Amino acid sequence: MIISIQYLYWLAGVLLLITAGMILMDRTHPKRWTSALFWLLFAIPFLIGERLPSVAIGVGIVVMALIAGMGGVGRGKHAELHDKASRASAGRLGHKLFIPALAIPLTTVIGSVLLKHTEIGGVPLLDPKNTTFVSLGIGCLIALGLACWLTRDTPVQALRESRRLTEALGWAMVLPQMLAMLGLLFNEAGVGTAVAHVTTTYINLDFKLVAVIVYVLGMALFTVIMGNGFAAFPVMTGGVGVPVLVGIYGGNPAVMAAIGMFSGYCGTLMTPMAANFNIVPAALLELPDKNAVIKAQLPTALMMLVVNIVLLYLLM
Amino acid sequence: MQTVVNLWPLIGVLVIVVGFVLRINPLLVVTAAAIATGLAAHFPLEKILATMGDGFLQTRALQLILLLPLAVIGLLDAQNWIARFERATVGRLLIIYLFVRESTAAMGLTSLGGHPQMVRPLLAPMAEGAAEKRYGKLPDKLRHKVLAMCAATDNVGLFFGEDIFVAFGAIALMHTFLLGSGIDVEPLHIAVWGIPTAICAFIIHAIRLHRFDRSLTREMTPAAAPVEAAQ
Repeated sequence: MIISIQYLYWLAGVLLLITAGMILMDRTHPKRWTSALFWLLFAIPFLIGERLPSVAIGVGIVVMALIAGMGGVGRGKHAELHDKASRASAGRLGHKLFIPALAIPLTTVIGSVLLKHTEIGGVPLLDPKNTTFVSLGIGCLIALGLACWLTRDTPVQALRESRRLTEALGWAMVLPQMLAMLGLLFNEAGVGTAVAHVTTTYINLDFKLVAVIVYVLGMALFTVIMGNGFAAFPVMTGGVGVPVLVGIYGGNPAVMAAIGMFSGYCGTLMTPMAANFNIVPAALLELPDKNAVIKAQLPTALMMLVVNIVLLYLLM
Repeated sequence: MQTVVNLWPLIGVLVIVVGFVLRINPLLVVTAAAIATGLAAHFPLEKILATMGDGFLQTRALQLILLLPLAVIGLLDAQNWIARFERATVGRLLIIYLFVRESTAAMGLTSLGGHPQMVRPLLAPMAEGAAEKRYGKLPDKLRHKVLAMCAATDNVGLFFGEDIFVAFGAIALMHTFLLGSGIDVEPLHIAVWGIPTAICAFIIHAIRLHRFDRSLTREMTPAAAPVEAAQ
């Protein structure tokens, strides 16, 4: 292939490395050394992941978790300076700003749909296994070029913005990947089997409707516990979805996966463990009840679970 | 013949629950849960760390989606611009926002909304302004309800929109997992089969927002009447 996903991993690794470097140079940074180490450790799997033993990466993850757990990931002073500068230039470009914003999804769709099978001299243009990610990466580079051209900012400024947002997201940025990793480990350790054992032993899955309800509610419940549908999906789909819904009832796996993940999202709407979506906004809006956002979402989430059960039963 | 299933790995789930209840840093909780689960499954420590490392490497593509657009988002949000809707009610404003949020998320533009970038600085003041224009100053309890509904609408729009965008991480995750289970499904099919749920979510939440308008009117009308009588 001509454009491999490996290049994007390197690009991501370099971005993280630059973030770590900028923090290290920043003498006013409140958590200079530990923050820089955290982002450096995060950069390594992207830069040389394939060449390292898996155990080393595992150790790196544990160290990152310890740094984050001890509050070692801080945020530089850069952020507030930026806010003041932004007010001054507000509104200058107006709707033109849609152009770079739209460039990312447009390139992604064009690349993954139209260029999927394009070959140059017998070599596929885009990494065949990762067409969408590669297209997204190219889209980001095009959008970056357009954004720099429109705003007359330099690529160096873009790197500073990247660092600012990386720091603003902080350790939370790593959480989705950690949860996906936990999901895979759960799978390997047989948590799915244990869940499947418990559900198949205590619940009679001989009726299609019961099996559908167990899968949908199981996705939601597991997501409430884990705070993330990504971690629930392998467990419930490995435990009930693939063996029962697809295996016994011959369901369409695409329908099962799509509706299963949405059932997980209903769980996300109901749990304080999805802190980014539920607890952080309550804090941002200065609401006295930290669960106010969850309470506002609860009726929608419960009705959607019923809808999902009906849709999965009918469409599968 | 019955094989014995080891239920101990479920201890990882317990670690997650306890960790979050005690409000320990989520990265630490997830790592502890991973190690506890591995030990419960009788994996040696080396194998646990290796499995964690492999899992982390395999899920790197998830991170590309968040990490690579950051520079562009940063340059764009330095230029923030504001659109105004006059004569809107809270419900109607939020229904429009729900529609825009869900449809742009479905096109992969998940970063167009969000709590720090959009809800706090833009949507919440607009909703509050719309309510005050119609009913006058809101009591704190109702004001908080309006703000919470803004955040909730952003979440609902995002969640039920993003999952029908074919390049979204969740689709890749589902695709990868099904492939691991020996089922090869086109990512596009998973995205397309999400559409019925996405449409239902829009309808249900829009109806709730419409009713939210009515409940605001109901709550504010008796409160307004005695004020007028006193004048």
